[in-house]
Amino acid sequence: MPASPPLVQAQQIVKRFGALAANDHVDLTVAAGEIHALLGENGAGKSTLVKMLYGLLQPDAGRILWQGAPVVLHGPREARRLGIGMVFQHFSLFEAMTVAENVALALDGDAPLPQVAERLAETSRAYGLPLDPRREVWQLSVGERQRVEIVRCLMQDPRLLILDEPTSVLTPQEAEGLFATLAKIRAEGRAVLYISHKLEEVRRICEAATILRHGKVVARCDPRAESAASLARMMVGSTVLGVKHEPTAPRGKVRLAVAGLSLPPAEAHGVALRDVSLALHGGEVLGIAGVAGNGQDELFAALSGERLAPRAEAVLLDGRPVGRQGINARRRLGAAFVPEERLGHAAAPRFPLSENALLSGHAAGEFLAGGLVRRGRLLGYVDEVTRVFDLRKGSRDPEARALSGGNLQKFTVGREILRNPDVLVVAQPTWGVDAGAARRIRQALLDLAAEGAAVLAISQDLDELLEIADRIAVMFHGRLSAPLPVQGLTQESLGLLMGGSGFPAEDAA
Amino acid sequence: MTLLEAILLTVITASTPLLIAAIGELVVEKSGVLNLGVEGMMIMGAACGIVAAIATGSGAAGVAAAVLAGMAMAAIFAALTLGLAANQVAAGLALTIFGLGLSGVVGASFVGAQRAGIGKIEIPLLSEIPFLGPVLFNQDPFVYASFALVAGVSWFLTRTRAGLVLRACGESAASAHALGYKVLRIRFFAILFGGACAGLAGAYLSLVLTPFWTSGMTAGRGWIALAIVVFASWLPWRAALGAYLFGGITILQLHAQGAGFRVPPQLMSALPYLITIVVLVLIMRLRRGGAAGPAGLGIPFVPDR
Repeated sequence: MPASPPLVQAQQIVKRFGALAANDHVDLTVAAGEIHALLGENGAGKSTLVKMLYGLLQPDAGRILWQGAPVVLHGPREARRLGIGMVFQHFSLFEAMTVAENVALALDGDAPLPQVAERLAETSRAYGLPLDPRREVWQLSVGERQRVEIVRCLMQDPRLLILDEPTSVLTPQEAEGLFATLAKIRAEGRAVLYISHKLEEVRRICEAATILRHGKVVARCDPRAESAASLARMMVGSTVLGVKHEPTAPRGKVRLAVAGLSLPPAEAHGVALRDVSLALHGGEVLGIAGVAGNGQDELFAALSGERLAPRAEAVLLDGRPVGRQGINARRRLGAAFVPEERLGHAAAPRFPLSENALLSGHAAGEFLAGGLVRRGRLLGYVDEVTRVFDLRKGSRDPEARALSGGNLQKFTVGREILRNPDVLVVAQPTWGVDAGAARRIRQALLDLAAEGAAVLAISQDLDELLEIADRIAVMFHGRLSAPLPVQGLTQESLGLLMGGSGFPAEDAA
Repeated sequence: MTLLEAILLTVITASTPLLIAAIGELVVEKSGVLNLGVEGMMIMGAACGIVAAIATGSGAAGVAAAVLAGMAMAAIFAALTLGLAANQVAAGLALTIFGLGLSGVVGASFVGAQRAGIGKIEIPLLSEIPFLGPVLFNQDPFVYASFALVAGVSWFLTRTRAGLVLRACGESAASAHALGYKVLRIRFFAILFGGACAGLAGAYLSLVLTPFWTSGMTAGRGWIALAIVVFASWLPWRAALGAYLFGGITILQLHAQGAGFRVPPQLMSALPYLITIVVLVLIMRLRRGGAAGPAGLGIPFVPDR
């Protein structure tokens, strides 16, 4: 039987950014009607490859075949004309525009808006992805935004749909809905190229996988025949051990307490904190789960003192009311904070690491003498963080922006941990960090707790929280659930809470 | 002609250059570019406009020269901010200073040279409407052009696909690029349009309003136009309101000074600025939505390849 050519083939693709070969002779073949996984760690070259398939980047060498015929894609428009659609990891939506306008921008015809809105309603009904064309995007939840992206791709009747890390922002239940949609898309004979590093879901929904490491293809396999561990080994190149952790019930005394804290939103599209209470004990790791944008940022700001509470008693640090005190006062009392955004919030991009160490350490540390900076001591501190956390950097004291994401994250976490804080509040400790660095950071958090400190970890990564936390509480619409012991918790039970079940009914809408 | 009609006529002439320049800048900012060089483009339009008009003896040639001068200035700005991704604030300020200086050179031998203004066009029938007719429909072509610009830009931004794409570039250049739009090319055309409008506004000053050349004759009108865009929340109709409010109060306070009100003249002169800003800020506060500018305003965009 003469086999028809595969839908899309990338042959010996090379893409360089300066000295870095982001794609080094990569081959990829996707057949019609298959869900093909593209696996790899951050920086392995997955996004670069699909950007070339979508015409956003041009390969330096190699060629792309579409249904057997070589094609050159000068831009996304040409890719769309062939039948390639893409859903981006960081959504390519326009916040201040309506759903219909966002869809119209991605369509290549010149259809007037009312007609677009009509077709949009049709498509969203056909795939069971409900959307209101008139709403503005900023009002939508993350899951709804993704729906907009998927629907607008489907309206172009694509033969190949590229999804870049689609479930990293969804609750487990929303992800289930996405999988059902994908099954339907496959049943129509369309192909899906599915980028992910979530191995369990790849094993469930994909029938083929190409694995990239450092820009090279290291393996091709049928993920259904592999285990998550074997896939991880192929991705990382060595065996990645999980951290060892025996969850325990809280025993130590309460180090950080929040009592009935309510705060109005800080900005127009922000979230209000509503009657948040928690007690963080010494020696434990308390995890805060939740879909992004449910008040986690606001909670972090209230705990760190970046925003002051209405009453001093709303935040207690070792029993002392600190709700009306700023971040430096709280640091002097033994607290330390690692915010979510590495570059710009946790660290000043153009400052060297030593000055970044000074920024968060000047209040409680020993970096100052009579108002003067003790440079030697600062550099020594950077050296110590480098040694303990195995930072990889070019020079002794480079600018923060010169570090890779994983290394900078190790620095911002390490900078606080080496001060031996009594209380550590950390947001998204390993977001966008490679497996090795993530493991080191998680182990450091556990070690800190084992020495008696209290650790509060806010994270969207449920696997991470289930791995390191002793108890987990869930944020939803600015409220915080009671913490639950991690034993007996599953992705599913947490997912239900993240979707609002168990919270007061008026919030669930 | 009654006194009231005369006052209204002067209000229109005072407001029109502000309105034309503001509408141009509004389009530029909607595409995500902040061009602070309006004053510089405007005065180059004024200088080149009158020089060309005197040299050729044709008002139309003067207007064309003014528009081209504004666009040439805008092209310099575009080369810096789009081509080299330079800081838009710095480039815009430099453009203003450059324009103020260069216009002095261009117009040096024409200082004080007079020429007849550009004639009015009377629209038959409509101009015979009592009171409103002579005020609104017996005007110079610039005034009609400014009305057309407001309506046209408003229609373009909200009703056309090209307007949608332009707004998308201003909201998020990265997203627009990811969808395959040529962000830099779109911004370039927006900047040129802004330059053309600023040049046209300049021509109005030197060919109609005064009509002669003195250096520095824009007298800060470019800055007022910039402020109007912001306080009008990037809405063309509100920009028209702002321009007319400013023009109106400018004229009224002159008449009030003439009538001998016992208020320090410096304070009176400050009134248009104060009242325009207060009124537009109040509207911005009262009406929700549209209050925020384009999300990508002033952020340079460099596509990776």
